[in-house]
Amino acid sequence: MANGIIERAAKSTPAPFARKIKGLSDRAIAWIFITPTIIILLAVNIFPLIWTIWLSFTNYKANRPNADVKWIGLRNYERILTDSDIWLTMQATAHFLIWTLVLQVLIGFALAWLINQKFKGNDLWTTIIVLPMMLSPAVVGNFWTFLYQPQIGLFNYVFAFLTQSDPTSFSMIGDVALAPWSIVIVDTWMWTPFVMLICLAGLRSIPDYIYEAAECDRASKWRQFWTITVPMVLPFLMLAVLFRGIENFKMFDLVVQLTGGGPGSTTELTSINLKREAFEKWRTGYSSAYAIILFVTVFGLASIYVKALNKVKER
Amino acid sequence: MKFKRLTTAISAACVAATLAPTAHADDLTLCWAAWDPANALIELSKDFEGKSGHNMSFEFVPWPNFADRMLNELNSGGKLCDLMIGDSQWIGLGAEAGHYIKLNDFFDANNISMGDFIPATVTGYSEWPKGTPNYWALPAFGDVVGWTYRKDWFNRADLKSEFKGKYGRELDVPNSLAELKDIAEFFQGREIDGKTVYGAAIYTERGSEGITMGVTNALYNFGFEYNNPNKPYDLDGFVNSDGAVAGLEYYKALYDCCTPPGSSDWYMSENIDAYKSGQVALQMNFAFIWPGVHADSNVGGDKSGYFPNPAGPGGHFAQLGGQGISVVSYSDSKDAALEYIKWFAQPEIQKQWWELGGYSALRAVVEDPGFASSQPYAQTFLDSMAIVKDFWAEPSYASLLLPMQDRVHKYVIAGEGTAKEALDALVDDWTEVFEDEGKL
Amino acid sequence: MSKSSISEPTRQFKWIAAILVAFYSLVTIMPLLWIVATGFKSSADSIAYPPKITFQPSLEGYVNLFTTQTRQTKEFMAANPPQNWYEEIVHSKGMVIAGPSRFGERFLNSTIIGFGSTFLSVFLGTMAAYAFSRFRVPLKDDLLFFILSTRMMPPIAVAIPIFLMFRAVGLSDTHAGMILLYTAVNLSLSVWLLKGFIDEIPREYEEAALIDGYTRFQAFYKVVLPQAATGIASTAIFCLIFAWNEYAFAVLLTSGTAQTAPPFIPTIIGVAGQDWPAMAAGATIFLLPVMVFTILLRRHLLRGITFGAVRK
Repeated sequence: MANGIIERAAKSTPAPFARKIKGLSDRAIAWIFITPTIIILLAVNIFPLIWTIWLSFTNYKANRPNADVKWIGLRNYERILTDSDIWLTMQATAHFLIWTLVLQVLIGFALAWLINQKFKGNDLWTTIIVLPMMLSPAVVGNFWTFLYQPQIGLFNYVFAFLTQSDPTSFSMIGDVALAPWSIVIVDTWMWTPFVMLICLAGLRSIPDYIYEAAECDRASKWRQFWTITVPMVLPFLMLAVLFRGIENFKMFDLVVQLTGGGPGSTTELTSINLKREAFEKWRTGYSSAYAIILFVTVFGLASIYVKALNKVKER
Repeated sequence: MKFKRLTTAISAACVAATLAPTAHADDLTLCWAAWDPANALIELSKDFEGKSGHNMSFEFVPWPNFADRMLNELNSGGKLCDLMIGDSQWIGLGAEAGHYIKLNDFFDANNISMGDFIPATVTGYSEWPKGTPNYWALPAFGDVVGWTYRKDWFNRADLKSEFKGKYGRELDVPNSLAELKDIAEFFQGREIDGKTVYGAAIYTERGSEGITMGVTNALYNFGFEYNNPNKPYDLDGFVNSDGAVAGLEYYKALYDCCTPPGSSDWYMSENIDAYKSGQVALQMNFAFIWPGVHADSNVGGDKSGYFPNPAGPGGHFAQLGGQGISVVSYSDSKDAALEYIKWFAQPEIQKQWWELGGYSALRAVVEDPGFASSQPYAQTFLDSMAIVKDFWAEPSYASLLLPMQDRVHKYVIAGEGTAKEALDALVDDWTEVFEDEGKL
Repeated sequence: MSKSSISEPTRQFKWIAAILVAFYSLVTIMPLLWIVATGFKSSADSIAYPPKITFQPSLEGYVNLFTTQTRQTKEFMAANPPQNWYEEIVHSKGMVIAGPSRFGERFLNSTIIGFGSTFLSVFLGTMAAYAFSRFRVPLKDDLLFFILSTRMMPPIAVAIPIFLMFRAVGLSDTHAGMILLYTAVNLSLSVWLLKGFIDEIPREYEEAALIDGYTRFQAFYKVVLPQAATGIASTAIFCLIFAWNEYAFAVLLTSGTAQTAPPFIPTIIGVAGQDWPAMAAGATIFLLPVMVFTILLRRHLLRGITFGAVRK
C-alpha cells in the first residue's frame, strides 16, 4: 500500500527537520489531537470514578463536610449485598430492562422491515416516528403522568374507546400491578424509533444481489427472510440492544418523573434508589459502593455481550 | 396630579432614608418555594425596592425539590440566598448548624415583638429549641392543612335528603374524621351532572413530603405523639401507640374507599387539578390554595366552602405548613437582608400581604374585626391555625422524613404489611436516626 | 434509487406495509399532538374531566410560560387597566403580571450549554478520532475501550463525586461546568462515531495533499474535514439530542444560574397547582430547535447511528 511509505517516511524523518518541511511531526499531532480528549475524560470521568471507589470504603456523608471520615473497609459492600430492598429494586430494573428490550426489538425491527419495502412516502412516516426520541425524557415522564390520569388523561380514554370499557376503571401508575407496565409502555413509545433506525440501516446494508441469488435458487420469501435478512441484520440489532440495554440499566429521568418509584417501590429502579441514598439520605460512602456495584455489573454484562456481538459479526 | 406624585416621592424618600442607613444599594436574593404566594411576594417587594434602593431577585424552587435543593445550598455554605423563607421543619438545622442568624437582638433593637404574631406561628416558624425565646426567623407565611368542599353539591336538595336518610344527619361540614369519611363514601362513584365523581383527594405523594403531610392529620387526631412528652426521643408506645395505629388504618381506609382512581402519588397540585376539574367533593390541601380556589372560574365563589381538619377520637389537630423568613449567615448582605425583614414586619405591609393572597401571621392583621369576613376562607384559616401541630423540626429533619414517607406510603398505597408493622418499623428507623445524632 | 429487480416487493405488499406504518405513526404521534394541543388550551380545559378534544384555542399557556403572575387588590386592578393582548389575558383571570418568568433564561442556558458542549465534543472528538484512525497510538485499543466504557456509568453514580468536585473548584451551577460535563459524556460517543467515518476516507487523498506540500494540519482540515462532513453532522445530532435533553446531571448540579430547561419545564407552577398549558407550551417550544436541526440533517441520521460501532 502506498500510504505506508509516506507514513514511514514521515515517521523516520527527524522531528526538527520534519517541522521545517511539514509543520509539526505526526507524533506530535497525534498527541495534540488526543490529549484534550484524554484529559477531559480523566478529569470528569476517571478521577471521579477513583474518588467514588475511595469513598465507597468510608462512612463519608456529603451533607456534613466537616465530620470525621472513617475508613470502614468493605462494610458498605456487605450491607448492600445483604439488603433485601436492593434486590427488589434489581428485580424492578430487570423487569423494565427485559420487557423494554423485547418490545422495542420486536416493534422496531418490524417497523424497519415494513419501511424498507420502499413504499411511497416512507420518508415522511419515518420522520414522524422518530419524533418522540427527540423529546426530553424528563418532560416526557412528566407529561405521561398527565396522559395516564384515569379521569382527565388521554391514554385511558383511548384505551377505553378501543375496548368499550370505562376509562376510570383502571389506573396505570396508581395500581401496583400495572405500574411496572406503565413505565415499559412509555419507554417503548419513546425509544422504539431508535431501534428501528438501527435496523433500517442494517436492512439497507444488505446488497440486492444476495436476494437475487436466492431467488435464482428458488428459495421461498420465508426462507430468504430467515436465512438472509435476519442473520444480516442481527449484528445491527444486537448493537441496538447494547445501546438501549446500557441506557435502560441507567434509567432515571423518565421514570423518576413518571412514577417517582411508586406506588410503594414497584417501579423503584436502581438509579432512583441510588439517588435516594446519595442525594436524599446523603449516605455518600454507602451510595458510592452501590454505584461501584452497578458499574461493575453493567461493565461485566456489556463486555460479555460485546464478545458475543463480535462473534456474530465475524460469521 | 403632579403635586400628589411629588408628595409620594417625598414620603417615599423619607421612608427610604429611615429604612436605609447604608448608602449603597445591595443585590438581595430571596429563596422560597415556587408557588402562588411567592409570586405575590415579588409584587409586594416592589415597594421595598422602591423605598430602600436595594435590588431584589428571587430564587423559587418547586416544592418537590425545594427541601433537597435548599438544604443542600445551606449545608454547603452557599451564598445564593441572602434571605431564606425556609420550611418550618428546617429551623432546628438552621439554628444548630449556624445556617441562620439569630434574630433576638435585631428584634429588640427594632421593636419587633414576637408577641405580635400568632403564637402557633412563632413556635412553629421561629423558635429553636421549641418553647424557648430564641428566634431564628420572622413568621412569614402562615399555612395549615385544611379541607375544601363543593358547597354547591352539599346544597343539592336531592343529595341532602338522600344523605339524611342514609346517615341520619344533615349533609354538612363534618365534625369528625369519621363523618368526613361518611361524606367521602357518599360521594364516591356518584353520578353528578353526567360525570362520575369521587369522595376526597388526599395527599399520597411518595417523592418528597406529601403523604406525611396528609397522614399526620389523621394520626394526630387518633392519638399519635412524636415522643414521650416527659422524655424526649422516647418513641416506642407513642409513635406506634394503639391510637396511632388506628389513625394510620383510618387513612388507608379513606384512601381505599373514597379517593379518585389513580390518586396514588398526589400532592398539592394534583389535588387542585382533581378538585378544579370537578372530580371530587372534598379536597385536603394547604390553606395557600384557597385564594386560587375562590377565584376559579369552575369551582370558585359560592361553589366552594372551607373547613378545618375535623377532630378524631384522640384530639383535634391539623398539620402545620408555612414558613418563617430568615437571614442566611453566609450572605454578604446581611444588613440589607435585615432591612428587608424590618420592612416586611410593618403592619401596613403585612396587611397588604394578606390582600395579595399571602397569609400574614401578624395578630394586628388577623385579629382585625374585619379580617374574618374579609374572605370566605379567613375564619377557617384562623380556626385551623389554632389547632396546628408540626412534624419534627430537628436538625435531622430530612433523615426523619424519608423513613416516614417510605413506611407510610408502602402501607397506605401499596398495601404492604399492617399499620402496626409500619409504625413499629418507623420507631426503629427514627431511633436509629437519633442514635446517629447522638440524641439517644 | 433501487433498480427494479426480482427482489422488489409486490404492489399489494407495499400497500399493506404503508398502511401498517401509517397506523403506527398515527398512534405514536398522538401523545405528542396532545402535548402541543394542551399548550393552546385554557387551564380549565387542560384538566377537563372528561378530556376535551375540541376546545376554544387560547394563548394563555404561552403567556403564562413567559410571565410571572400574581393577584392584586381590586383598586390596583382598576387603576391599571391592561395595555395589550397578553395583559388582557392575565387580567381576565383576576391577575396582574409581576414580571417575566424564568423560562427565557432557562432556554438560553439550554442553548448555550447544549450547543456549546455539542461543538466542543464534536471538535475534540474529530481530532481524537483522526489521530486514532491515522496514527500509531500506543495502547490504542485500550484507550478506545476506556473511552467507550466511560459511558456505562449511571449518571447518578458519577454525579456524587462530580458534585463534590464541582463544589470544591467552584464549577457547580456554572455554564462552564455543565459544558465540560456534557462534553465529557458525549466525547466517548463522538470519538467512536467519527473514527468510523474517518476510517472510511481513503488515506490516498491526504497523502496526495502531503506530497503537494500541505502540512498535516492543512491536510486534515482541507482534505479530511470536508470528507467527514456527513459524519460530523450526524455525530452533532446525537450529541445535541443528549445535551439538550439531559436531566439527571442538570437537576443535581445546577440551580439558580445555569439550570437548563429539562428540569425546569416539569415544575412550571401556575396560580395553584401545575400549569399544564404552560408546561405544554414550554415542551413544544423546547422541542422545536432539536426537531428542526434533526430534520435538516436527517439524511445523515441513518449513517451516523451505526457507523463506527458496527463497522469497526
